[in-house]
Amino acid sequence: MSSTSTSIAAPVADSPNRTLHAWWQAAPFTLVFVLFFLIPLGLIVMVSFWDFNEYELLPAFTLRNYFAIFEGCSTLTEHGDFCVSLSTYLSTLKFSLLVWGITLVLGFAVAYFLAFHVRSSGMQTALFILCTVPFWTSNVIRMISWVPLLGRNGLVNQGLQGMGLIETPIEWLLFSDFSVVLAFVHLYTMFMIVPIFNSMMRIDRSLLEAASDAGASAWQTLWNVVVPLCKTGIIIGSIFVITIVMGDFVTIGVMGGQQIASVGKIIQVQTSYLQFPLAAANAVILLAVVLMIIWCLTRLVDIRKEL
Amino acid sequence: MSDPIDPISATPATGLSRRSLLQGTAGMAGILASGLAPAVHAQDKITLRYLGTAVNQDKTIAEKFEKDTGIKIQYVAVTTDDVTKRAVTAPNSFDLIDTEYFSLKKIVPTGNLKGIDVKKIKNADKITPLFTTGTVAGKAVGDQGTAPKKVIYLEGEKSKVFAKSPTQFMSLIPTVYNADTLGIRPDLIKRPISSWAELLNPEFKGKAAILNIPSIGIMDAAMVVEAMGIHKYPDKGNMTKAEIDLTIKTLIEAKKAGQFRALWKDFNESVNLMASGEVVIQSMWSPAVTAVRTKGIACNFQPLKEGYRAWAAGFGLPATLSGRKLDGAYEFINWFLDGWAGAYLNRQGYYSAVLETAKAKMEAYEWAYWMEGKPAAQDIKSPNGDVLAKAGAVRDGGSYEARMGGIACWNAVMDENEYMVRKWNEFVAA
Repeated sequence: MSSTSTSIAAPVADSPNRTLHAWWQAAPFTLVFVLFFLIPLGLIVMVSFWDFNEYELLPAFTLRNYFAIFEGCSTLTEHGDFCVSLSTYLSTLKFSLLVWGITLVLGFAVAYFLAFHVRSSGMQTALFILCTVPFWTSNVIRMISWVPLLGRNGLVNQGLQGMGLIETPIEWLLFSDFSVVLAFVHLYTMFMIVPIFNSMMRIDRSLLEAASDAGASAWQTLWNVVVPLCKTGIIIGSIFVITIVMGDFVTIGVMGGQQIASVGKIIQVQTSYLQFPLAAANAVILLAVVLMIIWCLTRLVDIRKEL
Repeated sequence: MSDPIDPISATPATGLSRRSLLQGTAGMAGILASGLAPAVHAQDKITLRYLGTAVNQDKTIAEKFEKDTGIKIQYVAVTTDDVTKRAVTAPNSFDLIDTEYFSLKKIVPTGNLKGIDVKKIKNADKITPLFTTGTVAGKAVGDQGTAPKKVIYLEGEKSKVFAKSPTQFMSLIPTVYNADTLGIRPDLIKRPISSWAELLNPEFKGKAAILNIPSIGIMDAAMVVEAMGIHKYPDKGNMTKAEIDLTIKTLIEAKKAGQFRALWKDFNESVNLMASGEVVIQSMWSPAVTAVRTKGIACNFQPLKEGYRAWAAGFGLPATLSGRKLDGAYEFINWFLDGWAGAYLNRQGYYSAVLETAKAKMEAYEWAYWMEGKPAAQDIKSPNGDVLAKAGAVRDGGSYEARMGGIACWNAVMDENEYMVRKWNEFVAA
């Protein structure tokens, strides 16, 4: 793969005419990128240094918004907690890690089944499409449909009570960390399946035969052959899942009964009170944290080389 | 109603027809070919973009208004917070705003609203004194928080400050208002509830909920704090930092002890929480209680001894509105106060701003049930025909005077709003 890309790249660099063409080809996407990403991002960074009052933004340069976010973070609160920003980031990170771990295991298993156990490609396509069926409805609906199932008087509790397994309804099924993670896993496992399945399909089947011939057990093959060759897919899936969960406020709001904090939620509350500079400062910090996570992930695999 | 409007609207109308005539001569061939008469464009119907929350945007009202006047209403439904945000950041994206009085402290200083000339409002002098002087049946009601009388008058049409005494220009013309209290499930609680303090009573651990709109939620929390005897606020609608700390601390302690099942932010969430039995006591809005009841589930809008937290909404005009759209907006406001809409809202459990005209459009037994607190002489139906109360039932909170006379405070925006929002986030994160 990498050898072909270098062989194409070499003659491009030779002719100045070709280089110009390449620039033209890149231009539309560059334009979109600049217009809809770089400029808005620049504005957000700018506004995060502005001052504001109840009803207007005051162009200035102040660090007040950043100070406000970390105010009180040097000591614990009187309830023995970290400050709002820190505890919110910790809770958001906790969800990211949990969801990442679970979707990774699930996504890998499903992709493995699709790629190696399903023999006919027609069946593969059919099952793959089956995986996408839930995505035909909006994710808020998919989320909300859990509520009548998990509630105090919901189907699960009624079922368990009917079977005589429990006396009183289980309370932690809904509006808890559990329901949040469950909804996230339900919503985002697909984002793991697709890239992992994609890299698995590109594994040369003769490698597996070779491993088997050399006397490797199924687990050894999985761990020493399949997993390393799926690294790209795993990293891409991880980036999807982690960035989505880090920024989410809808799922955590709905499934957590609005009483679990997330960074996205804080930003949303601040914008609804016209505290745009504070929200912008929070967004800049969140972006920095997410970029750091992605940077760490890409250290593990050179995605550009692998693609 | 149409008298003061006609001379103004005549000009643009003729201007339009002249222009379309000119276009007609120029492009005669095209028009002949397409078979269109040039006069078709002469009287374009106007459409008013009505910005407000979904709760107040009733399809039936828009349809009735269009039938009566030919003016179309296009609803733009967003949340309470977003109404304010749009009014401040995008004042040209609507022709009529339906917002709450407490938001005015943020909107009016921007100069994005135009004072409404009360001389053009037919029923202006019949607006209930609750708004103009803060009284019900001659008695003053609580004015803590952003009471409408503090912000209803502007010093001039283009003023950015509120007037201390009545003037010719109103910031908002009141439309609907009500007094909120706790909603409870009497079938699950099985005992009388009479105080705001019950919201944090450990008896309802894991079965209580509070409103997660910080500026309103903190007022409910303040009612609870006062009822528990922890602190007496000079003004619940304008707390000091220390008072905010105390209020949030009380909430955090309750949350850590597992008091809350959930917090809710929109109407439907509160209805679902209550109807599914996830919570048995929560701060609630009157139409949400009605919505639970229409599902056949018992739910009380419980009157409490400490009184109610009131809110009021009204129509405002963006500063840049002019010409036929402005006339149309005035026509809508006049139509709205003329009785039909008022009666419609009264039947939903709200109160209308001009009671006299609404009364004329309601049956005597309806008026007696909704406004006088008398037992229903026959089944009470909602505007779309659902039975809300059987014959013999009495409205929660009793008569208009009993309920609106029991106002303890109004929804508000505090001077320490930014600090309050930060502390509220702390409560959510705890």
